[in-house]
Amino acid sequence: MNLKLKIWRQKGADDKGKMVDYQVANISEHMSFLEMMDVLNEQLVNSGDDPVSFDHDCREGICGSCSMFINGEAHGPVKGTTTCQLHMRSFKDGDTIFIEPFRAKAFPVIKDLVVDRSAFDRIQQSGGYISVNTSGNTQDANATPIPKHDADLAMDAAACIGCGACVATCKNSSAMLFTGAKISQYALLPQGRVEARDRAQNMVAQMDAEGFGNCTNTGACEVECPKGIDLSNIARMNRELLSGSLK
Amino acid sequence: MSILDGKVPAGPIKDKWTTYKDKVNLVNPANKRNIDVIVVGTGLAGGSAAATLAEQGYNVKAFCYQDSPRRAHSIAAQGGINAAKNYQGDGDSTYRLFYDTVKGGDYRSREANVHRLAEVSTNIIDQCVAQGVPFARDYGGLLDNRSFGGVLVSRTFYAKGQTGQQLLLGAYSAMNRQIARGKIQMFNRHEMLDVVVVDGKARGIIARNLVTGEIERHSAHAVVLGTGGYGNVFFLSTNAMGSNTSAAWKAHRRGAYFANPCYTQIHPTCIPRSGDYQSKLTLMSESLRNDGRIWVPARIEDVAAIRSGELKPTAIPEENRDYYLERRYPAFGNLVPRDVASRAAKERCDEGYGVNGTGEAVYLDFASAIIRYGEEQATIKGENDASESRINELGKDIVKAKYGNLFDMYKQIAAENPYETPMMIYPAVHYTMGGVWVDYNLMTTIPGCYAIGEANFSDHGANRLGASALMQGLADGYFVLPYTIGDYLSHDIRTGKISTDTPEFAAAEKEVKDRLEGLVNNKGTHSVDYYHKKLGNIMWEKCGMSRNEQGLKEAIAEISELRDDFWKNVSVPGGAYELNQQLEKAGRVADFLELGELFAKDALDRNESCGGHFREESAEVGGPQDGEALRDDDNYAYVSAWEYKGKPSDAVLHKEQLEFNDIKLTQRSYK
Repeated sequence: MNLKLKIWRQKGADDKGKMVDYQVANISEHMSFLEMMDVLNEQLVNSGDDPVSFDHDCREGICGSCSMFINGEAHGPVKGTTTCQLHMRSFKDGDTIFIEPFRAKAFPVIKDLVVDRSAFDRIQQSGGYISVNTSGNTQDANATPIPKHDADLAMDAAACIGCGACVATCKNSSAMLFTGAKISQYALLPQGRVEARDRAQNMVAQMDAEGFGNCTNTGACEVECPKGIDLSNIARMNRELLSGSLK
Repeated sequence: MSILDGKVPAGPIKDKWTTYKDKVNLVNPANKRNIDVIVVGTGLAGGSAAATLAEQGYNVKAFCYQDSPRRAHSIAAQGGINAAKNYQGDGDSTYRLFYDTVKGGDYRSREANVHRLAEVSTNIIDQCVAQGVPFARDYGGLLDNRSFGGVLVSRTFYAKGQTGQQLLLGAYSAMNRQIARGKIQMFNRHEMLDVVVVDGKARGIIARNLVTGEIERHSAHAVVLGTGGYGNVFFLSTNAMGSNTSAAWKAHRRGAYFANPCYTQIHPTCIPRSGDYQSKLTLMSESLRNDGRIWVPARIEDVAAIRSGELKPTAIPEENRDYYLERRYPAFGNLVPRDVASRAAKERCDEGYGVNGTGEAVYLDFASAIIRYGEEQATIKGENDASESRINELGKDIVKAKYGNLFDMYKQIAAENPYETPMMIYPAVHYTMGGVWVDYNLMTTIPGCYAIGEANFSDHGANRLGASALMQGLADGYFVLPYTIGDYLSHDIRTGKISTDTPEFAAAEKEVKDRLEGLVNNKGTHSVDYYHKKLGNIMWEKCGMSRNEQGLKEAIAEISELRDDFWKNVSVPGGAYELNQQLEKAGRVADFLELGELFAKDALDRNESCGGHFREESAEVGGPQDGEALRDDDNYAYVSAWEYKGKPSDAVLHKEQLEFNDIKLTQRSYK
């Protein structure tokens, strides 16, 4: 198929940036979206132009590097899918595709489609861990049985890949789904209960300090999350926060 | 050539590590505060090492090329992690894990290292559970296990099909705690471009800030490489796009010997290639072989009908299917080790039984597992008269709970529903057992430079068993290196801060800058990918699943020629001192072009078949093992460690003789 691409080009953080038109031809429906971008970049390199910069690494939907806003949706039109797992069979010959970076105040653009998501790391550093040293002397892994239901819910929350689609898609640029997922994972496990309340307080404070917005319950984050992290994680975060504040 | 000393402690194998730990030199807490350690790479090995060293009190500087340490490629490991917990009471023990791993590696790993790995395996599970890693559990709330290839017990712990992700996020959380305390200084989007050696010791690195392009000097008392494997030398592999050999190769150029580069794991269950535009291959976890049965049509006329679309695989009756692994290896069946399963798939496809358009695919079928689970569930639920469709429904629910995310991934990529029709799979490059040579302390031949995880060579011999990479990464980082590095650093307590303002740092920085500027100013005619694809093609055709003398000699000549052409004609747009992804890639491909040649040279030297390295000249002829790999223990029971001397063709071979005192070398039979 032949496609028209409208891609956000921005030389650096201080550049204003603009949409630029490109054409690609003979795109196979079996290609992934990023392989289509490879074709474009090969074309640009061969004609001496600057190829489009974008983050990507594992290309199997788990590292969370890829981060494009495609036709107005984070990771494009297919539900439960990262950009790298989106295939060109979701598009048709003659389509025009709009490709932009994930936009949020807390995710400044570095170049083209590459944004700075280090605010997510700082939220994790403010409490996204259980305080246990490596010693080899922790108790036996089976010493504390954990109900399967809780373990499974914790796993569902822990499946977050930290891509930032929730923030990019939220009209308030809120990071509550991301933050709530980590708080939930530990709140559901006995090992994490000890620090649960402080963790919620500290991570939410950091989230606010980074300039992420508030949650107004529109639920767009849940819809766009490629890993199906659900809104109950935000509710659980709020519960931890509230019970912590009443202590 | 010299004989290398692995510095394995004396004494019975069961006591080596315990005795070592009892006698090793320690650094007191006050002195640790004055010692800096650089850790490059933040996967399971690097991440766990950085966190643990920081907990102990060292000042850690950690580097990763990704935008966050959480994205290292360990994150993509699916199936699980082995540990000799024997929770299933099925006869597992430390010895058995040790034995399985040495045998699985086709007797080409270092016994003492593997035993240590088996010993600490149980600590890893305890540690990860304490960190909040949500492993799968059964209804009693205890940890669940599954089986992996090459073993007869159930010792693999898992977190759905995302075990690597959960373990890495565990290590990442441990790092975050230390970053918050200021004990780890984290450098995201930084790539190491050289090791700096001062007075014969590794004392720092040169790194490029990938956002600004700025070249930076970083000093430390020791440098740890947890930088993963070099599978991307094949262009197409299951590795991440950015996975590279550059850090390991720079260390090699500065004096670290490179061991067994030809030992590569070609994983049997990956989604087949669909076209020339393909940028990477995707693994389908080995755990699927617990329940999936591998087959091709038994009749060649069915193959033609399948390829033309006239026949659906589900329409082929049982008697016309060839479950070739169950046929050839009745004892292990679909759970033979990876090298054996891959070669068997290639053998069927070479004979013309491949089931897709390219002729390079076999089926992985879940139909019988769905029925088996469905019947089991019907019994549990007391539905004795359940219809066939009800049994199917019940069975699919169980398969979905076990492998749902893998099935979804397959569906997204291949646009077929594996609950209804068998998956198509084919082997792909996945893991490299070879790597930087290290002694028992995990130290390379550069004093003060360590290599851990996939970056080193020591634990998996010529073939890695499934669910052992995660085990090794975390064993090295959490439980081994933190002891062994202390022994070395105990001699550095009076050294004081290492200055970066020295001729050695200046010279290394200049070399790095000259090379980068050379690449962007080359203004050639071909893109970096043009060369990478050509290299990958040579590697796959001549250094792939089976190798022979003539092919390897051709590969050496072709790679050397391609490398010369690269330096003359490569085109890298943009500048050296800005965000430039093409330049990043160019540097990595330049190193692959050297490694590839050494790889072929090593494969040529090793005129025996072992593990993933299959030399056509060395196969069993006749008898029950006809066609299987034939090892030559008299002549090749050694580690090949190559010393850099300029061109790969000039590399000098050093040997570490492998001694097996606790395991008898036998033909590795899975029949």
